[in-house]
Amino acid sequence: MAYSNKVLEHFQNPRNVGVLDKSKKNVGTGLVGAPECGDVMRLQIEVDEETGVISDAKFKTFGCGSAIASSSLATEWLKGKSVDEALKIDNMDIVEELALPPVKIHCSVLAEDAIKAAIKDYQEKNGITVESDATAVSA
Amino acid sequence: MDKRRLIYLDNNATTPCDPRVVEAMVPYFFEKHGNAASRSHQYGWEAEEAVDYAREQIAQLLGAEDKEIIFTSGATESNNLALKGVFEMYARKGNHIITTETEHKAILDTCKHLEKQGAEVTYLKVKEDGLVDLAELEAAIRPTTILVTIMWANNETGVIQPMREIAMICEKHGVLFHSDATQAVGKIPTNPREVGIHLMSFTSHKMYGPKGVGALYVSRKNPRVKVTAQMDGGGHERGMRSGTLNVPGIVGFGKAAEIARLEMAQDAERVSRLRDRLERELTKLEETKINGNVNSRMPHVTNISFKHVEGEGLMMTFNQNIAVSSGSACTSASLEPSYVLVAMGLGDDLAHSSIRFSLGRFTTDEDVDFAIQAVSKGVNHMRDLSPIWEMYQDGVDLTKIEWAAH
Repeated sequence: MAYSNKVLEHFQNPRNVGVLDKSKKNVGTGLVGAPECGDVMRLQIEVDEETGVISDAKFKTFGCGSAIASSSLATEWLKGKSVDEALKIDNMDIVEELALPPVKIHCSVLAEDAIKAAIKDYQEKNGITVESDATAVSA
Repeated sequence: MDKRRLIYLDNNATTPCDPRVVEAMVPYFFEKHGNAASRSHQYGWEAEEAVDYAREQIAQLLGAEDKEIIFTSGATESNNLALKGVFEMYARKGNHIITTETEHKAILDTCKHLEKQGAEVTYLKVKEDGLVDLAELEAAIRPTTILVTIMWANNETGVIQPMREIAMICEKHGVLFHSDATQAVGKIPTNPREVGIHLMSFTSHKMYGPKGVGALYVSRKNPRVKVTAQMDGGGHERGMRSGTLNVPGIVGFGKAAEIARLEMAQDAERVSRLRDRLERELTKLEETKINGNVNSRMPHVTNISFKHVEGEGLMMTFNQNIAVSSGSACTSASLEPSYVLVAMGLGDDLAHSSIRFSLGRFTTDEDVDFAIQAVSKGVNHMRDLSPIWEMYQDGVDLTKIEWAAH
């Protein structure tokens, strides 16, 4: 099975590999997947408390090339977005951007799950409920 | 990374055709294109002669009689013919077959098929080292058992089963013994009569011959074994396998068998030295595990788990330069890890982290040096990216984490 050039490019030069200090209040961490399934993603966001914009994002992924490319791409897209905008990232956007074949769609689903989990963690840490999210971040 | 060429370390999938084999085959495509079953002219006679000669070359490799070699299209067909053919031929004696969980799909799926036809099949578990438990095998034999089918060497791990001991158990209970010897024939001595095997499947393209031709060894005396043909037609191959013989393929198969017989010892010695070096260097990396019994194993194979690294991703770091297979079947539509490794008690996580390296006659010292470098670099790269490697290094107990399985 041949990978698309975009997958190869992200795989060979993954963006934003690393770790953020999860003890910080403005850092949200999402850990999804399981080693037994062959995919684990950890995706983290750091939110600028002044602006409510995601100022940094990092990931580490155990998985195939498509899983690594999906999470690398996700961190790229997250930076500079507000939390609200980030919640709108859909797995099919990732599928399209990376030209993932049908057997690799689960990699994009996992990346979307990781984004949602990181945001949820950030919101819980900051006492933000999803409904009042917009007012909370603009306050 | 050096882009000189693609190093081939996937010889268990198929071997390149030896140039000497290709040379032997060439005349049989045009000048000597006859049908070996044509009895009325020179073309037919010379094709028949070539087939007889190849049959002799193959019989010599096995220490068998030439009449005991039935040509087929490959080991999958040989396995189908052996299992279905015995099941039909010996139906009056019983309907029970014994096999193992780590057989090739050509055996397991044929057994599944026969179960629908009324067969009862026992799938023996294997021990952690991949070997079958002889006491369990003997205990599984019933009065209705007609066949034991156990592979000589495993395709994923190279583990060699205790063939002589299995044969003795079969002999004691008067049960036929078939072996899928696809990965063993041509690489290690495989004399079915000496060992006590009654039917044996093998193929040309795993021993430097062409694809599309294989054989089933069927014992002619003590006992005289018969199998019911699975295809109707001209009654070729002593009535057991109809169909015009693939003359160029058979000629190549014969030549490959002759080369294997003459060069097996030196090939095995050389390739095991290369395999051992590859294995020694790669297992210097932290948290690696060799899968399968290293004392009962083919000389050219090693299956290694690199913990906390996913096999398909790892292969992607070097697959521009090195061709290998992952123990994990993640590349297919299924996300299931290797059933062979799982049957050996490996956790799914380790099974997802395994790579099979299978060397061959044309593997060089340079290839191995390059592979050691590239694979080590790939493992380190993937571990830098791996959250579970980081957790492992931080002393996190990965078994205590509640993973969100998907």
